[in-house]
Amino acid sequence: MADLNVAAIEKYRNNFLKEVEANVEEGEWVKMCMQCGVCSGSCPLGSAWDHPPQELFMMIRAGKREEVLTSDSMWMCTSCYNCVVRCPRGLPITHIMHGLASYALRLGLAPKNQPTRKFAVLFWENLVKTGRVNELKLGLNLYFMNGFIEGIKTALGMQKIGLGMWKTKRMSPMEFFGGHGCKDAKGLQAILKKAREIEDAKRQKFNS
Amino acid sequence: MAKKEYSFYPGCSSQKGASASNYQTSVDAMCDTLDIQLNEIPDWNCCSASIGYAEGGELPRIALTARNLALSEQANPGQDVVATCAACWLSTRESKDRLLEDSQLMKETNEALAQAGLKVQANQKIRHMVEVLIEDFGYDELGAKVTKPLEGIKIAGYVGCQTNRPFGIDGESFENPMYLDKLVETMGGEPLEAYDKKVQCCGGALAFSEPEKSQAMIKDIIESAYDHGAEMIVTPCPVCQMNTEVYQEHINKKYNTKFNMPVVYYSTLMSVAYGKGYKESGLDGQIIRAKKLEEISKR
Repeated sequence: MADLNVAAIEKYRNNFLKEVEANVEEGEWVKMCMQCGVCSGSCPLGSAWDHPPQELFMMIRAGKREEVLTSDSMWMCTSCYNCVVRCPRGLPITHIMHGLASYALRLGLAPKNQPTRKFAVLFWENLVKTGRVNELKLGLNLYFMNGFIEGIKTALGMQKIGLGMWKTKRMSPMEFFGGHGCKDAKGLQAILKKAREIEDAKRQKFNS
Repeated sequence: MAKKEYSFYPGCSSQKGASASNYQTSVDAMCDTLDIQLNEIPDWNCCSASIGYAEGGELPRIALTARNLALSEQANPGQDVVATCAACWLSTRESKDRLLEDSQLMKETNEALAQAGLKVQANQKIRHMVEVLIEDFGYDELGAKVTKPLEGIKIAGYVGCQTNRPFGIDGESFENPMYLDKLVETMGGEPLEAYDKKVQCCGGALAFSEPEKSQAMIKDIIESAYDHGAEMIVTPCPVCQMNTEVYQEHINKKYNTKFNMPVVYYSTLMSVAYGKGYKESGLDGQIIRAKKLEEISKR
């Protein structure tokens, strides 16, 4: 998607706000931020953000494209919606954060080793395979997402939790060999493929 | 009273052998007493929760939930869609709202759905099970079915995030929702009066990717329950339940605490109060056993 990134830079040159409005989910709301900071103060992981939402909104308007899109910050969103219900201007902040993260990922700018980025991609890939999340495989993939040695360490650390889940029948080893899924997983995949095509085509149009 | 019917979206975690299968067990028991018939949406799919957005993007994510709605319209026409999982409810309701307010999005979504011969109108109401209980039954009616009141148990009503925000339950405040406390009281239990962490985030999906940050929040949720004298925590959300139950040992190691707090669902409490047995109430799904409820269920 590096091409998409180059095309976007060319097209919007000095206007990152316009780029966000055209390409980021709910991005047209960014200009409405009045910099009160309630979102930043309401965020449960606020202290973990290099740039809390209010700051990201200002940076977008100031054209700090690279700093925003390569930031780790929006990946700290837990989707608690505190900011959304408290924002005096009614900005759908959670969705804008999701949108920024997703756009950065599409452009190839999201930080490579960001754990939530990795987990989010694993989650989507997992659900698309059968139409339903396979919790066992998702868990195993998660343990090993930072390499084999790390994975063994994590798996050992989680052993007791896994055992507890298994004993109470809240985890099934059978999920490893297939398990639950949609009968029409193929139909679902066709829907998602088409939806992705439509979304990409719209971005191409904006960017050409 | 006539049987009430709903189009049911159970969600991935409620399936057999999945992390909230005990939630489903207790929901079934509760619905049996209340004479609720849940008509499962045939071949439903995952909603992508609040983590699928990054790779999924906007339209694929909405198409995902739209497929469920299209299947529901086909199989259970005219019935409200009911979800028990907070994330399932939130994603579905959000998609429905977006589809109805944006005709272009509706057009594109239907273009995608046509790949599998489906079409969505998104004209059904999307509700959480808790809304069904409060709005279609009401506390008095729910209380009338209690045969084994949960006398003398102090229970912390941990509402969490996604059944509370951004939609919430009608008539409740985002900052201090009371419905869980009222449900506890209706079942004969004793709600905490000043549980300050009742709407604190548990980290949600970030419990997996940012375990240390999330466990610090989970610690506060459990500690506050202890500080206010709770013997167990009750929650309406599968992610809240799992996060606050399974990491207690990790937290004990790291923070030198001695947490051993059972975390149950509202439907677990209700099943026990309605006289259902240990297994029917999903009590065998507790990693940290809810002994006080076990005693009542055996009476």
